[in-house]
Amino acid sequence: MTLEPTGPDAATAPGEVIARREGMFGVHGTGDTSGYGGLSTHVELPGASTPPYGGWMDEVATALQAAAAAAGVESAVEKVVVYRGEITFFIRREDIAAVAKLLRDDVLLRFELCSGVSGVHYPDDAGRELHAVYHLLSMTHNRRIRLEVTIPDADPHVDSVCATYPTADWHERETFDFFGIIFDGHPALTRIQMPDDWPGHPQRKDYPLGGIPVEYKGATVPPPDERRSYN
Amino acid sequence: MTADPYAATESATTEGKVYTVTGQDWDSIVAGIAEDHDDKVVVNMGPQHPSTHGVLRLILELEGETVTEARCGIGYLHTGIEKNMEFRTWVQGVTFCTRMDYLSPFFNEMTYSLGVEGLLDISTDIPEKAQVMRVLLMELNRISSHLVCIATGGMEIGALTVMTIGFRERELVLDLFELITGLRMNHAFIRPGGVAQDMPAGALDEIRDFVALMKKRLPEYADLCNANPIFKARLVDVGHLDLAGCLALGLTGPPLRATGYGWDLRKMQPYSGYEDYDFEVCTWDTADSYGRFRIRLNEMWESLKIVEQCVERLAGLEGAPVMVADKKIAWPSQLAIGSDGMGNSLDHIKHIMGESMEGLIHHFKLVTEGFRVPAGQAYVPIESPRGELGAHVVSDGGTRPYRVHFRDPSFTNLQATSVMSEGGMVADVIVAIASIDPVMGGVDR
Amino acid sequence: MGLEEKLPSGVLLTTVEGVAGYMRKASFWPATFGLACCAIEMMTTGGPKYDLARFGMEVFRASPRQADLMIVAGRVSQKMAPVLRQIYDQMPEPKWVLAMGVCASSGGMFNNYAVVQGVDHIVPVDMYLPGCPPRPEMLIDAILKLHDQVQHTKLGVNRLDEIEADEATALAAVPTSQMKGLLR
Ligand code: SF4
Repeated sequence: MTLEPTGPDAATAPGEVIARREGMFGVHGTGDTSGYGGLSTHVELPGASTPPYGGWMDEVATALQAAAAAAGVESAVEKVVVYRGEITFFIRREDIAAVAKLLRDDVLLRFELCSGVSGVHYPDDAGRELHAVYHLLSMTHNRRIRLEVTIPDADPHVDSVCATYPTADWHERETFDFFGIIFDGHPALTRIQMPDDWPGHPQRKDYPLGGIPVEYKGATVPPPDERRSYN
Repeated sequence: MTADPYAATESATTEGKVYTVTGQDWDSIVAGIAEDHDDKVVVNMGPQHPSTHGVLRLILELEGETVTEARCGIGYLHTGIEKNMEFRTWVQGVTFCTRMDYLSPFFNEMTYSLGVEGLLDISTDIPEKAQVMRVLLMELNRISSHLVCIATGGMEIGALTVMTIGFRERELVLDLFELITGLRMNHAFIRPGGVAQDMPAGALDEIRDFVALMKKRLPEYADLCNANPIFKARLVDVGHLDLAGCLALGLTGPPLRATGYGWDLRKMQPYSGYEDYDFEVCTWDTADSYGRFRIRLNEMWESLKIVEQCVERLAGLEGAPVMVADKKIAWPSQLAIGSDGMGNSLDHIKHIMGESMEGLIHHFKLVTEGFRVPAGQAYVPIESPRGELGAHVVSDGGTRPYRVHFRDPSFTNLQATSVMSEGGMVADVIVAIASIDPVMGGVDR
Repeated sequence: MGLEEKLPSGVLLTTVEGVAGYMRKASFWPATFGLACCAIEMMTTGGPKYDLARFGMEVFRASPRQADLMIVAGRVSQKMAPVLRQIYDQMPEPKWVLAMGVCASSGGMFNNYAVVQGVDHIVPVDMYLPGCPPRPEMLIDAILKLHDQVQHTKLGVNRLDEIEADEATALAAVPTSQMKGLLR
């Protein structure tokens, strides 16, 4: 048995611009002698897909829609992105706990295993800076999906899915530790990797890498995040 | 006489008396507890303790010898690898992630490379020889990782012979790794697009010898342990966790298969051509530490089977490419040891320095800038020796990863410590943890 | 001349320092301080192929109180640093520290928020061992070099003088950051 094949990537809307990239070497202003200072491109994430998504993905999307409607959260799915054979459901922030329960319990869905939560920080995407990404696996149907929730940095709260997937316990603590996303309803949301009294959330983009310059025989090499580099 | 600076100290807090003990000062505790007529003790075990499988801290609440509550403290090896990867090119990322779960470096590299290849949309272009070499290395790695698990697990329960023979056999695997990749550990050998180097001359014969030797030696483990009454007394029915518990807590790998459910990503969602190999998924039906041990032992046999098939296929693939054909992604050179003992690629240097300006520019761009990966995200998990290992790779279209997060099986499986050990004896906590086989490098990353 | 000639056969003369140094080096017990990848190589060194027992060092002591040498094998995180120091403080004098691998020596490739950039920020280090990870042979080499140091460590007032002299040399030395000649 193999993972059910999917069709080619479904039709997609134009990508979603989340930031702009300028110049070429991460230097700006008069320091930039490269001649590439005027270069400007968009950072564009894959846009929403329109059905049919191909293969089993339509079944999952339909079943999820039906289950959500029955549970009274019909507008839970904000958009669906199919990219490189993987399907991502963007879920409304307030509905994630309810949707997780549907995904685990509905016979047509049966996503028994949660492979954890991962945080991503897009500082330039105003109002949706923080993303919590959940990977779910259905062993019954042998399918994988991804859920994504966007969270504003000003109000970094999202409901915990621990009640449905106890395995998310440590994963949510880790995401809190590294990104400062507060999972409401988590049994004990404390730091897990960093010391308890650590200031800040180290894997956010606005937190420096924190290296020190390395000195060696008259030469100084700055830490990786302060070096001149391609961007 | 001056006061002993190392003596056990005692201080009163609102939560009760706190004793700080280092070493063998148990007398003062025993005396203190006897005064209080309280059997309940909270013991802090680790993070530096010989039996906790690395820098794991256990907080145990004991009543007599029975564990009433157990909690893990982790993070003592947090290295910030995920963040460091964001400041390096996509290829350099391999060098970092290989150091996460240091007992299964090839698996870390593999899942990361699969994610990057997915985003580059070159998954189908990986040459066959690279695929076979990846499988070969991963299966050899599975053997060495299981050997360490059994060895350290044995050591922790006092079976020192198991430890010494485990490390003896692991050395053989490491010699093969050194022959093929040049390094014993932390190889950075599986790269997005293929593998770094071709097989060296004579490697296939060495592997054949190894397989033959292992076939003689693996039964030694079975003879030593399988029916050993002490071993069984320590392992059977210890650290019990059934299927429902495993799924709720997200356990995969040997703990899940020990419940009788044959879930193995190599069979269920094959990658790198695993569907072409003939092997069995090992299961056991006792859901305890003994079952997990037996599964690991059996999986080594299956891995040997796969290694043999790989060797056969590699014999027919002499000279085939090991990197994608796309020169915008493939590392430009094949390294070779020169007369000065340094690993350079002399032909390539001659080419870019003497013959082709374009070649030099191309080399420079690829090595310093790297390639761009289309924006998007991918998650391609694989079956590591400890369970489902996956890298959530996010790109913003740049030359460096935007974010990489590893879903490490050790991290997830370790959550089961409380369930597996509460209500049991203190000594069984060690066995339960050893049977999960957490590698702290993977847990803390 | 002197006492040597009057000795019966089978008796050797040496200094107290020599004997003490010999005793110390010949039963030099390491504390288990495995942290990361390097720890696996350290365990391998104790294993059958490399056999650290040849140098009287196969007993990795679980209790710091019984150990003479702390092999810091792996990357020291900010969270681990206080623990490491506590364990070091618990070791009885005389004690030695071997920083195994680039992570323990200087932070290595992990120049970031989480890792202490060299364990010498926390404890004094007697021997730095480069490599990522160092091969078991390299660890043995480092240990033998340390044995040599231990063997020739002075005692009592001589030791104090030695420490003073070492310190004076160290203070007079040019810091690496002021050395000229780029990266050579
Ligand atoms: S020096 Fe290398 S092998 Fe040793 S702990 Fe650091 S990363 Fe691991």
